[in-house]
Amino acid sequence: MSGQPTERTLSLRGGMFEIRVADAGSGQPVVYLHGSEGPHDGWPDFLASLAERYHVIAPDLAGFGASTGAEHLRDVHDLVIHGLDLLDALDVARPHVVGHDLGGMLAAELAAVAGGRIGKLVLAAPLGLWNDREPVLDVFAVLRDEIDSAYWYDPASAAATAVLAHSSSEEEARRVTLLRHQNLSVATRFVWPIPDRGLNRRIHRVTSETLLIWGADDRVVPASYGERFAGLLPNARLVTLPDCGHLPMLERPAAFVEAARSLLDG
Amino acid sequence: MKLHWFHLAPWQNLPSDFTERYRSVWVDVPSKLWDPVEGHRHYNEYLDELEFADQLGFDGICVNEHHQNAYGLMPSPNLMAAALTRRTTNAAIVVLGNSIALYNPPVRIAEEFAMLDCMSGGRLVAGFPVGTPMDTCFGYGQVPATLREKYDEGYELIMRSWTEPEPFAFNGKFTQLRYVNLWPRPLQQPHPPIWVPGGGSIETWEWVAKRNHVYCYLSYSGYKRGKALLDGYWETIDRLGIEPNPYRAGFLQLIAVSETDAQAEADYAEHAKYFYDNCLHIYEGFADPPGYRTMPTLKRGLVGQHGKQVTAARKALTWSELVDQGYVVAGGPESVRQQLREVIKTLNVGQLMVLLQFGNMPKHKALKNTELFAREVMPALRDIWSEWEDHWNPTGVPAGKRVEPAALPSANGHANGATNGATNGASGGTHGSANGPAGAATSIGDESGRSARGTASPARETDR
Repeated sequence: MSGQPTERTLSLRGGMFEIRVADAGSGQPVVYLHGSEGPHDGWPDFLASLAERYHVIAPDLAGFGASTGAEHLRDVHDLVIHGLDLLDALDVARPHVVGHDLGGMLAAELAAVAGGRIGKLVLAAPLGLWNDREPVLDVFAVLRDEIDSAYWYDPASAAATAVLAHSSSEEEARRVTLLRHQNLSVATRFVWPIPDRGLNRRIHRVTSETLLIWGADDRVVPASYGERFAGLLPNARLVTLPDCGHLPMLERPAAFVEAARSLLDG
Repeated sequence: MKLHWFHLAPWQNLPSDFTERYRSVWVDVPSKLWDPVEGHRHYNEYLDELEFADQLGFDGICVNEHHQNAYGLMPSPNLMAAALTRRTTNAAIVVLGNSIALYNPPVRIAEEFAMLDCMSGGRLVAGFPVGTPMDTCFGYGQVPATLREKYDEGYELIMRSWTEPEPFAFNGKFTQLRYVNLWPRPLQQPHPPIWVPGGGSIETWEWVAKRNHVYCYLSYSGYKRGKALLDGYWETIDRLGIEPNPYRAGFLQLIAVSETDAQAEADYAEHAKYFYDNCLHIYEGFADPPGYRTMPTLKRGLVGQHGKQVTAARKALTWSELVDQGYVVAGGPESVRQQLREVIKTLNVGQLMVLLQFGNMPKHKALKNTELFAREVMPALRDIWSEWEDHWNPTGVPAGKRVEPAALPSANGHANGATNGATNGASGGTHGSANGPAGAATSIGDESGRSARGTASPARETDR
């Protein structure tokens, strides 16, 4: 059984980056790369489920969550190098990579420039492309009381309230607000003002077998982007989950894990 | 005590239901609300008002930079400043300023400021704001997390280009130039005085203090709320062991002077309401993007200039509340004199920037406010801080030695070529009234104005 993850800190490049990493489970390694909003609070069910079969490794990328070093990253090129440094330090051979949002974009970038280092890819509503007619939501300008309805198909659902029930005290609310500011602030380095940093010029290099998972009702990165990714990725298929927003792994954890394992277990 | 006349150049023609129909006066306020003929009138009236302030003896006239908004119509303050160099004589031209990270390459600022300094005879104050998030991050797409780093690098480049006598290479993170070689150079040496408007980032205090510049807090919340910011600055000055010369600090204050307190309300209340209701109607999502303010600033709990709390605090304030709470210093001359002495002493500021035109205040009231202030209030404030020396105002060509705009020769003489040159002046004919700055001032839209703008040949035909 997976249980709770163990935590460790990796020091990269002589202390330029202190990277918090959570590990759980055993077996073939699966690296989970979080999105612009940063690492999940706690250990969500979908990671616990994946850890029943795999060694799940969930780092906080530089500057996000408990990790440091964002000031050394100025663009996506730097971020990709950081990802490769991190894979080296994790010392895992060809891990599968599951990435959400910004993490999905990074996973695709890594696979494009260093395909030999990556196993299979699960991309959950990744950033990285742009369509003028259906722009990605400007999450940096969303009002605080509109965030939940932007990310969730149903912010009142049991799945949502279980995740969102954390800001009970004023102190806790302040911690969450500051943490969100910190995480999104790092994300601006890679996706502001438009989350297109040329992935479409490199995506043809991705040879990994890829599964795209999209919420049919994604208000952040509309589901039409899934079709676009599927058309550009040489070896991908798309699963669209109904009644689901931008957080398919949290809003539909069982369906998400089932879809992911349909690729990873094969 | 130095008193500077500040213009925001607001758009005055927002519809009465603006705040219900549109979410923001900035960033995504649709430009279909712009009326070019009204724009033509506003720009000219605003320049008139700034020029009038120079004539009345204000120490400086101030312009600033904003983008994609109906709050302040100067995307290029340097264009306004350039226009002001010609019809003003004594006032410092305070460009407050150019948002460094928005210029590519930033030497453009060094060049334009050097031009303005030369054109004005060394009357320029060079302002270097980071810029509001609406202007920089949303309007101009700058990355919030790297905005300050880019600003710092651009600042270094500008300072080096002003001070290094030989061409140099600049290998920055954000700007790379194989050859930096500034032509022209500023008139004031080594460079014009530098003022830095801050909106509440604690790092700015130390940055400004260490570089011996002026820190300006451009607040619309009045001196009672501005005190927290300026106290932080003076604590920093004290901690660094720098003398607390009041001329190191500037503060912006809305002011409304009339014959009496009651008349001030009658004259100006509606324009203050327009300003606070419409001009500061900023969508919360544009006010504080992640990364724009640093984590130390956030942890200190300082409230942003345009955030929800600030907006909520001033929502639906009545005139008397605006006055009582210090948003607007208003009243008859004696009342304004007393309040401003308190503002100046409380904040320890030597550079007071007075906002005497605000919101949809028409020109005649702006001139009245300005004239009453200059005549009835300014003299009573002059003695404050006389024990200190101001090292932060321009020191260009002395007034009597500056080159002034020359009277224009008649179009007739020049259009006919060199042979007629000797006769101009005498042969000015119907266009003689356009000669000289005073004539040009009244010429907008009238006959002499049109001929002055036209090509030489129609003028020649007319004269024949």
